Amino acid sequence: MSELTRPTRPIYRNINITQIVGYRLPLSGIISILHRISGAILFVLLPFVLYLLDKSLRSEISFSIFKDTLSHWYVKLIVLVLLWSYLHHFCAGIRHLVMDVHVGVDKDSGRRTAAAVFVVSLVLWVAIALKLFGAF
Amino acid sequence: MAYGDIQGSVDGRIGPKRLVVGAHYGMGDWLAQRVTAIVMAIYTVILLVAFLAGHDYTYAGWAGLFAQSWMKVATLVALAALIYHAWVGMRDIWMDYVKPTGIRLCLQMATIVWLVACAAYAVIVLWRV
Repeated sequence: MSELTRPTRPIYRNINITQIVGYRLPLSGIISILHRISGAILFVLLPFVLYLLDKSLRSEISFSIFKDTLSHWYVKLIVLVLLWSYLHHFCAGIRHLVMDVHVGVDKDSGRRTAAAVFVVSLVLWVAIALKLFGAF
Repeated sequence: MAYGDIQGSVDGRIGPKRLVVGAHYGMGDWLAQRVTAIVMAIYTVILLVAFLAGHDYTYAGWAGLFAQSWMKVATLVALAALIYHAWVGMRDIWMDYVKPTGIRLCLQMATIVWLVACAAYAVIVLWRV
């Protein structure tokens, strides 16, 4: 009975990596997968962050090395990736914490807070990126 | 006691076939993920305030901030939170995407070594200031 009336929709169980391209995610789903990706990036780049901290703290000389290191465009690129990862992970994480206390768990507010995460994290990212590249 | 022995919701247990609570079935890690996140968020605010409130952006100012004991302790606490947080997160990733037990176990061990090495490096960096 219900088999006849129900429109045929694709059913996804244990999505394969090859299906991901054709799989349309809602905004909150994009936030979610980016939360995971940004977390993995931060995990991988953690020694680099500690290296920069080391160089910046050890001595006056290493501090100037640190500044020189940061002046290279490719290092700035890595820092930009790091920054985006941190900002996205931070904002999406705050959204998680808010939802954990049962605020904004319905479909509409979920979409709105997901959009807010994008806006806040990307605006901050662009602002810091411009500062990093000496735009102001 | 074997989990299979427990029937239905007898004794208020959830799940028809087995005990799904009380033996590290995720609640502890779920909570730890939140608590460590809050610790790191607070540290982020501390670092931002300390950085923006100070006007000395030279080596002396920066190293002076980390030379204080409270800052060392705060950084180490945030780092401990980070290590645990990253462990739970990376373990989730391995569990979701890597199904062969042997490979998953290797990746999980590598994750732990990676994180402990990072923690050791951070302690060296902090206590040299």
